[in-house]
Amino acid sequence: MSLDVNIKITDREGNTHEVAAPTDMGMNLMEVVRSYELVPEGTIGICGGMAMCASCQCYILSDTPMPEKEMDEEAMLAEAFYVKDNSRLGCQIPVSSELEGLEVEMAPEEP
Amino acid sequence: MIITDILIIGAGPTGLFTVFEAGLLKLKCHIIDALPHPGGQLTELYPKKPIYDIPGYPEVLAGELVDNLMEQIKPFEPGFTLGERAEGIEKLEDGSFIVTTNEGTKHHAKAVAIAGGLGSFEPRKPPIKNISKFENKGISYMVKNPENYRNKDVVIAGGGDSALDWSIFLADVASNVTLVHRRNEFRGALESVDKVKELKDQGKVKLITPAEIIDVNGNGKLDSVLIRKNNNPEEDFNLETDHFIPLFGLTPKLGPIADWGLEIEKNAIKVDNTLDYQTNIPGIYAIGDVNTYPGKLKLILCGFHEATLMCQSVYQKIYPNKRYVMKYTTVGGVTGFDGSKKEAPKAVVKAID
Repeated sequence: MSLDVNIKITDREGNTHEVAAPTDMGMNLMEVVRSYELVPEGTIGICGGMAMCASCQCYILSDTPMPEKEMDEEAMLAEAFYVKDNSRLGCQIPVSSELEGLEVEMAPEEP
Repeated sequence: MIITDILIIGAGPTGLFTVFEAGLLKLKCHIIDALPHPGGQLTELYPKKPIYDIPGYPEVLAGELVDNLMEQIKPFEPGFTLGERAEGIEKLEDGSFIVTTNEGTKHHAKAVAIAGGLGSFEPRKPPIKNISKFENKGISYMVKNPENYRNKDVVIAGGGDSALDWSIFLADVASNVTLVHRRNEFRGALESVDKVKELKDQGKVKLITPAEIIDVNGNGKLDSVLIRKNNNPEEDFNLETDHFIPLFGLTPKLGPIADWGLEIEKNAIKVDNTLDYQTNIPGIYAIGDVNTYPGKLKLILCGFHEATLMCQSVYQKIYPNKRYVMKYTTVGGVTGFDGSKKEAPKAVVKAID
């Protein structure tokens, strides 16, 4: 049985990539984007995944059930730019089997 | 002119540890950092968070690690230029360098070690179309001189400590202070939140939430901001103001170093990892998170290693004809430039009668 889930990620240029994300490596969505180098290194995951910057902000496009936002993520999204109702921080979304079929779009890079 | 052997750009853990390794080789160091305090990311982003992969420390708080590094390098009396950003570099004929900061402070060094991490921390600028037109003409991203705001109308945006603290401070200085935040909740020290609520009740700070500044207007200088309440365009209104201070925290940017002629790849500086972490410009090294090479990992412990090898290379560059072999601190001790000496206690040789 495969431990991967299939996720569709639209990069900042509007290109959509179908990627397989491992569920057994303790990865989060930001790290999946980095591992496939879907956005330039150095423009994502700047704080390393502590919900302290918004460089991994993405918009959830599918109605996949998502984990609840914790305080840190809420607070960061309150100060991030380009935030929409479906905004999440990729670093706060662990890759699990529930994410099968997830579709996300990366938010623009901050100025 | 500040004169030193190694000029370190960046006072993060890698930059700080460089002072120690250089000190063992009797090389003097001076550190420039854009932040007003040493520690880099560790101090700025996560001082209270634990780190688990510093060799020999099962767990250490980031702030504690910085304190320890400062203690460790104290005998080597590093110089600091804090709150200034390295801007220009000039290579002299003898191979040494002059590095100038944004404030015009000049540093003359035999070698330059860029330990810049993710770059220098700069204010996050909100994506408002005309914002750059009014920078320093009514809009600024930090409060340098509070007196500039005396008896003026000020709009502050943001929901963190700096937005709260400056709203509190300027309430007594400006004629009007309006704080605009996207949420009703603020993220800051509880007492700051309480204080702002108190000032709001007294009518000294006007609070507009949930709201956002979406446009700025004026003729040559700022005279109003457009505020959108509740994310609803129908509630948009103009607010006249002399000043607008967006306070959305800091973000690291590579900045002027990107224009120094160094080879850059993936927002990092390419170095020779087979030898000494030197860049394509001889005498300029890049260590820690700021560099890249095949297999690079952005870990503090890797930065320490890179700093150590780099110092050996700088020593050989400065003293090409001097014989030298590395000595363990347990054997040679640590002799500071301040006259202090630490060494392992000698074994006692004593006969038993």
